[in-house]
Amino acid sequence: MNNRLTATIHGWLLLLPAMALLALFTHWPAVATFIDSFYSTPRPRRPARFIGLDNYATIAADPVFWRSLWNNLIFAAGTIPVSIALAILMAVWVNDRIVGRTAIRMAYFTPTVLPMIAVANIWLFFYTPQYGLLEQLTGALGFSSHNWLGSQDTALAAVTVVAIWKEAGFFMIFYLAALQSISPSLAEAAALEGASRWTFFRRVQFPLLMPTTLFVLVNAVINAFRMVDHIIVMTRGGPDNATTLLLYYIYQVGFNFWDTTYAASLTTVLLALLALAAFIQYGVLERRIHYR
Amino acid sequence: MTERADPYAPSGAWRTLESGAAGLLALLWVLPLAYAVWAAFHPAEFTTRFALLAPLTLENFERAWAAAPFARYFLNTFILVTLILACQLVLCTLAAYAFARYDFIGSNVAFALVLAQLMIMPDVLIVENYRTMSRIGIIDTIPAIALPYVASAFGIFLLRQTFKTVPKELDDAARVEGATPLQVLLKVYVPLAKPIYVAYGLVSVSYHWNNFLWPLIVTNSVEARPLTVGLQVFSSGDQGIDWAVICAATLMTSAPLLLGFLLFQRQFVQSFMRAGIR
Repeated sequence: MNNRLTATIHGWLLLLPAMALLALFTHWPAVATFIDSFYSTPRPRRPARFIGLDNYATIAADPVFWRSLWNNLIFAAGTIPVSIALAILMAVWVNDRIVGRTAIRMAYFTPTVLPMIAVANIWLFFYTPQYGLLEQLTGALGFSSHNWLGSQDTALAAVTVVAIWKEAGFFMIFYLAALQSISPSLAEAAALEGASRWTFFRRVQFPLLMPTTLFVLVNAVINAFRMVDHIIVMTRGGPDNATTLLLYYIYQVGFNFWDTTYAASLTTVLLALLALAAFIQYGVLERRIHYR
Repeated sequence: MTERADPYAPSGAWRTLESGAAGLLALLWVLPLAYAVWAAFHPAEFTTRFALLAPLTLENFERAWAAAPFARYFLNTFILVTLILACQLVLCTLAAYAFARYDFIGSNVAFALVLAQLMIMPDVLIVENYRTMSRIGIIDTIPAIALPYVASAFGIFLLRQTFKTVPKELDDAARVEGATPLQVLLKVYVPLAKPIYVAYGLVSVSYHWNNFLWPLIVTNSVEARPLTVGLQVFSSGDQGIDWAVICAATLMTSAPLLLGFLLFQRQFVQSFMRAGIR
């Protein structure tokens, strides 16, 4: 048992620096966020005091919160399936021996290495009323002018498109890696059986991609609740909160209105949502996916 | 290895069709970037007018460079990504080694605590981390931007998986020769994991080069601001809507990563693949 003791001392010593930082900047803040959510925000002449569930009552009655939650769910429902479907399509194309595949693969992947903030600037220009490229295209086709980011009806869709454009190429990489690891003999066997290209994809390739899909899905869900850089640049949550996402609202409450404990309560809700998503993904989906 | 014929490889008209569709999507994908390049390299009057013979100019870049302290922002970002990567490599290597090769009491709990960071990311804990930074008194410094990201669960997990594939015999042999645990780590494990280090390094550098929200919150002066925040301050400031100059600044800030990507395309793609599948 002496051996185990030495191993324990060595093991924890090796872990110490990483664990200390994790505790300081991940574990403690998570716990502190939860605790703070039961207090009022300290103001110059009024120190913080325990207010129980008041912050959560405020959240329940806060129309902006519900709007941001709803927006975020729509944003997630828009980005996740479309970017994953596009990623699979891109990977299948680039994996086939098509003309110019290196250049095409590069084009798909390029948005991944660009900063979201830079990308958002470019798209802002792209969407600009009157002289943005999109307006010029629709104008040339005879459609009337439309302020894509300034209108309640299209602003959320417009920022969703940017997120899809940014993410799809990143997810493609993982599908490409997975496709390349599928044994060529499976394709030969399927061809001998006379399976069509579509059947081969649906019955062989797609099922073998499921572990990758789970991995990509986890990333896509996290990103859907984390990506707000483009909101800050393109719309600042407007018009009239049409593009306010949950994390953007937290940022606004915490650093524009400086209501820190209300921001902490909102963060707690966001963390609970992420935990729920993780639970669904690992607890329910993983059991339905068979690994090789 | 000889290339085996893929029975499902597209051929003839089908291949043309597939290539065409893939090419079209690729064109669509580079369109926004191409548009920015057009605007940045042409005089302002051609920003939205497409004439084949429009004169080329670097004036937009000169004006952007002169209008904001971009040299300082570049330096800050460079220091930031170097600092983060250096610390990450040391801390994650040590922790990964502990998880991969030490059977110690509490290792499962510790590993779960590490993995918790994959869900509870520093990006979400902005309010509380800001309070911590102001308590330590390092608001508006580069270390404040770096600290929450240094202990990276992703890095620890990735390296642990890699270290586990190193044959135990190599480890034992080195120990028989009298090497200390740290020597074994440096002489046996680290060299064998080199491709993973490169992969992780590229992912980390591009993530932190591009990171925006946390640096925006925790910095408020030119001395600490990284490029992304500098670009935002610049383009939302008194520039009005001089798109040509904003496009030039935008391209400038992304240029190092973009050039690196274009030059080392294969390594980049393979690195992201390696970091994704374990």
